[in-house]
Amino acid sequence: MGLFAKPAQHSDTAAVLAVHNVSVHYNGLAALDDVSFELDPGERVAVVGPNGAGKSTLFKVIAGLLHVTHGTVTVRGHEPGGHVCIAYIPQRSQIDWAFPVNVADVVMMGRIRKIGFLRWPSAYDRRIVRESLELVDMAHLAGRQIGELSGGQQQRVFIARALAQEAELMLLDEPLTGLDVKSQQDIMDVMNVLRQRGVTVLVSTHDLSLAAEAFDRLMLLNRKLIGFGKATEVLTPERLAETYGGKLQLLPTGQGAFVFDNACCGDHTHG
Amino acid sequence: MVDLSVFHYITEPLQYGFMVRGLIAAVIVGVVCAVLGAYVVLRRMAFFGDALAHTILPGVAVGYLLGGGAHAPIFWGGLAAGVLAALGIGAITKEGQIKEDAAIGIIFAGMFALGIAIISTVRSYAVDLSHFLFGDVLGVSANDIWLSGAFGAIVLLLIFVFYKEFLVLSFDPILAATLRLPVETLRYLLLLMIAITIVVSIQTVGVALLVAMLVTPAATASLLTKRLLPMMVIGAVIGVISAVGGLYASYYVNISSGAAIVLFATAIFIVVFLFAPQRGVIWSWLVSRKPTAGR
Repeated sequence: MGLFAKPAQHSDTAAVLAVHNVSVHYNGLAALDDVSFELDPGERVAVVGPNGAGKSTLFKVIAGLLHVTHGTVTVRGHEPGGHVCIAYIPQRSQIDWAFPVNVADVVMMGRIRKIGFLRWPSAYDRRIVRESLELVDMAHLAGRQIGELSGGQQQRVFIARALAQEAELMLLDEPLTGLDVKSQQDIMDVMNVLRQRGVTVLVSTHDLSLAAEAFDRLMLLNRKLIGFGKATEVLTPERLAETYGGKLQLLPTGQGAFVFDNACCGDHTHG
Repeated sequence: MVDLSVFHYITEPLQYGFMVRGLIAAVIVGVVCAVLGAYVVLRRMAFFGDALAHTILPGVAVGYLLGGGAHAPIFWGGLAAGVLAALGIGAITKEGQIKEDAAIGIIFAGMFALGIAIISTVRSYAVDLSHFLFGDVLGVSANDIWLSGAFGAIVLLLIFVFYKEFLVLSFDPILAATLRLPVETLRYLLLLMIAITIVVSIQTVGVALLVAMLVTPAATASLLTKRLLPMMVIGAVIGVISAVGGLYASYYVNISSGAAIVLFATAIFIVVFLFAPQRGVIWSWLVSRKPTAGR
């Protein structure tokens, strides 16, 4: 249909995601300053930095929701604006949880581009929705209104939606914020499922220790890219101080430096 | 014999052509407003809807002057003003030089004043103005019904055709953008549908009470269901009950029909707000009294 832009073709030899010299300015202020990196297929990367470091801006640029001021972003060799294989999973505070939709409705939303204009979901689409919910262990709650779920369950529903979208690159904006330990573990289990399916995952988080333990690579971001690589290489006191400025406390202990981030996140409600 | 007399109460008004036409017009308005109203409520556009209704007054007034009081020019004048206002407000709310609600307020009051000024140039303006403000459902002609029916059907058809797209746009605009849906086109289409619905409804409930038909049945329905499609259907049923009930009430009690319809809808809302299963005030109060019944 003419109304809809054609999805971009993929070039299989190109990087899943390549960000080159990207800067984003709002009213003359740099939200991102000369950021460059590439992701390998199927890897899981944590993006760590204080509030206002540009994590959400970076995700929105990658998803094609924001334009860069300088530089290029390519997904499988093409600019992100035409892709439908990128899923952006927003922070839970961005969603109206009282909206009259149930779990299956939300997951079906990921399919609507595949279903197409002037068409209705087929049995095949419903099967994809059910399988996506099974992968995140939420199939038994398919009929629930989304506001009746816990925070961790809501997060899993949105990951199921991204699976139903057949996304190859998922951007999760602070999926663990405000979750209890058990729910965080459930999300990490789901991420293992994503890894098996070859989905490349970029997660912003405030949890440095989790970022160090459970991710292939770790990115330190504070408008500039301060470090990107394995946790053991990236997490040095100098880089952490540069990322967090004076807001991060480094407490020397017997087992090395203990990092205490008190710049962190407004809401810590446990849902 | 009692049954027969009740039946008589229902059929008696129907011997008058103006009552039959009024009922048909009111049912059309009840359905279209409630179905589109689901999006107005969910997208928090109640103020926008109220403002847009007031904003079409100058178009209505010009149509009224040019047509010498005939209904069709009023309809087309209102439609032209509604479409222009919807596009104008849509553009203003997109840019953000001024806060959105302030911008809507400025346009709304300014256009409304212009409409009153135009109508006030006519000698009998008090009567005519009150028809525009509060509706004149008993003055509906057969031609009015055809116009309302046709444009109401267009709105319902668009809601049906773009159901899943409007659902995604309303629930998660970022998903709509990452799925590369034509977000701006859909947003303007929704504004235009609200404008059309307002013009279709204006003779039944009038400018001043219109927002009630857009918001009240849909909000009532939202207390009774947890999914969008049933919300639209239940809202339409409530809209029709309000329209028919209000019109009969106005016939027997001799009150303004537009006001009676809106009061009927408001009464249904209050009952549901108090007694709705799980979400009503009384229900919540009963549950909170029983500690074992908590979640």
